[in-house]
Amino acid sequence: MNFALFVQYALSGITVGSVYAIVAIGFNIIYCTTGIINFAQGEFLIVGAMTAISLAQVVPLPVAILGAVLITTAFGALIELVFIRQVHNASVLRLIIITIGLSILIREAMLHVWDEQVRSLPYFTGTAVSTVTILGAHISPQVLWVLGVSAVIVTALTLFFRYTTVGRAMRACADDRMAARLCGVNDRWMVTLSFMLSAGIGALAGCVVSPITQTQYDMGAPLAIKGFTVAILGGLGNSMAAVAAGLFLGLLEAFVVSVLPASYKEVVAIVVLLLILVFRPTGLFARRETSALRTA
Amino acid sequence: MRTRLAGLWGVLIVGCAVLFSGCEKPPEGQAPEQQVKEKPPAAKPAATAAPIKVGAIFAVTGGASFLGAPEAKTVEMFVEKVNQAGGVQGHKIEMLVRDSGGKAENAISLAKQLIDEDKVLAIVGPSTSGETMQIKNICQEGKTILLSCAAAETIVNPIASYVFKTPQKDSDAARRIFQTMKDLNITKVGVVTSNDGFGNAGAKQLADLAPEYGMTIAGSETYATTDTDLTGVLTKIKGLDVQAVINWSIVPAQSLVAKNMKQIGLDVPLFQSHGFGNIKYVQAGGEAANGTIFPCGRLLVANALPDNHPQKKVLVQYKTDYETRYKEDASTFGGHAYDAMLLLVEAVEIAGSVERDKVRDALETLQGVVGTGGVFNLSAQDHNGLDQNAFEMLTVKDGQFAVYQK
Repeated sequence: MNFALFVQYALSGITVGSVYAIVAIGFNIIYCTTGIINFAQGEFLIVGAMTAISLAQVVPLPVAILGAVLITTAFGALIELVFIRQVHNASVLRLIIITIGLSILIREAMLHVWDEQVRSLPYFTGTAVSTVTILGAHISPQVLWVLGVSAVIVTALTLFFRYTTVGRAMRACADDRMAARLCGVNDRWMVTLSFMLSAGIGALAGCVVSPITQTQYDMGAPLAIKGFTVAILGGLGNSMAAVAAGLFLGLLEAFVVSVLPASYKEVVAIVVLLLILVFRPTGLFARRETSALRTA
Repeated sequence: MRTRLAGLWGVLIVGCAVLFSGCEKPPEGQAPEQQVKEKPPAAKPAATAAPIKVGAIFAVTGGASFLGAPEAKTVEMFVEKVNQAGGVQGHKIEMLVRDSGGKAENAISLAKQLIDEDKVLAIVGPSTSGETMQIKNICQEGKTILLSCAAAETIVNPIASYVFKTPQKDSDAARRIFQTMKDLNITKVGVVTSNDGFGNAGAKQLADLAPEYGMTIAGSETYATTDTDLTGVLTKIKGLDVQAVINWSIVPAQSLVAKNMKQIGLDVPLFQSHGFGNIKYVQAGGEAANGTIFPCGRLLVANALPDNHPQKKVLVQYKTDYETRYKEDASTFGGHAYDAMLLLVEAVEIAGSVERDKVRDALETLQGVVGTGGVFNLSAQDHNGLDQNAFEMLTVKDGQFAVYQK
């Protein structure tokens, strides 16, 4: 393998990894506040991207994306209010199963709203054929957008959870809901807020990756599975680690393809996940002694 | 729905009016035998016999929905038209369309249901090769005619007496691709295929036929149907210094291949299979799809065909009907379902019966049936009835399909 080809594999890994990472971030927010793994996260992505694609036909792209994020955020709130909140004293497991049901419901609804065709947003910079050359290898400028947006989201989330009252209240709910309530935190609204945030970020992620992955109504589940894998790999609840884990998995897959038939790459990804679950269940980047699983 | 139906009524009434006026004063150039065939609907006796039950299994939803959805719509349109015109041999057609979601396990249970419970005359579909192969034996054992709308050659080779298929053969597509490459002096190619029935069948055909055309397949890779980025696989192909890439799949990844090749700077011609014949893939591929070369049925270039082309009339008629009714572009896939229904109706007419065995025998005698996929000449040895000429090499020019010229 010559150097240019090596770099090309690395860039390919980063392309795939950046998509995994941005999907994984969404999982962490709801997990942080409620301990629920939201399996409808992939559907939030597609709802966001599809809404943006529809809006982009009448308004400029940035406005369409903003509109899609707002609409999906409202949609996230609606989902929480109508389904999650109505379940009283539910165990985490029950709520997780509800999200699985929701994902199927949303997917089928999308099929009726947007039919089965493949769509995609236009590239933010350039077109489908533009490339950025790095060390003799090529990468789509859209990948840089995905990485940039991931970085912004992660930074903003970290600041939000550490330094704002609302963010701290959300974390408090995750640590001990009863204690938080006694301190005057409206825990129910915190859960709603976490669904809104997660839906909004999911929508943004869906829009940014749409030119790369294309968007089809049933694409949410496969994306969510990879995002979930990455979220676990990095350590659930840790957005920064999710990005690192996403890039790690992407690179790993790319280099696996370089030596093995491409169809084996999923096997390697799953083997890594199993190894992590067995030997480091708190994730690749979590300190073992601190069980700071749910802190952002 | 109501307005749609109203619109259709309008079309039918106008159509009838045209036919009537045509009967009174034959316009010049119209062959007289066509007039005999296309009797005005009202002239036929009203259907009184029991309806013919025909099953259909399509991937209306799921990953292969771009195949199943137009197929289901086409069948709906076709049956309505036939029933409007008095049905076949006095029987109306009762269509039982089932959605398999593209999943083989669904196709199996649906096929069993249609055969055992509904006792259908024939099953049209499934949409994908994987599903068809799973129910091939079920239909054979259930002695029910299967008219598959999937492409893989293994469906009719080896022959199962009750199993037919309407899309053109994989091997013919591979031959046309290799021939075009030979004309371009390409000898070393890289192959990428989707990891499903259609992709695997294509990879095998390409590997089998390559020596015949003096081609070297430097590398053959498969990717998952749900993959959302293929730069990794294509980087591997790039490292092999190939002169062209062949992608063989029916999944949305087809547009990704085009985009990713350009993005990693793999500047060699891209050949795709006949699975690329959907303008949505061109749109999803954007600028990157330009220059893609692929074999395909003539539906996509129907209007550009010379007027004396045998398929022109059928193609333009189907395309216009479909696009007027459903407000979306017609695709070759819907055409496969059209052909399946056409063959079935022709066979029933010839058999003069709605018994499975007689209709099956009649299917094998069909000659010169002009469909959207080509001119069908079936026999006991050939349950597809199309040859290499059913394909035209197409390319993409400025986001539109065009006939390929070297």
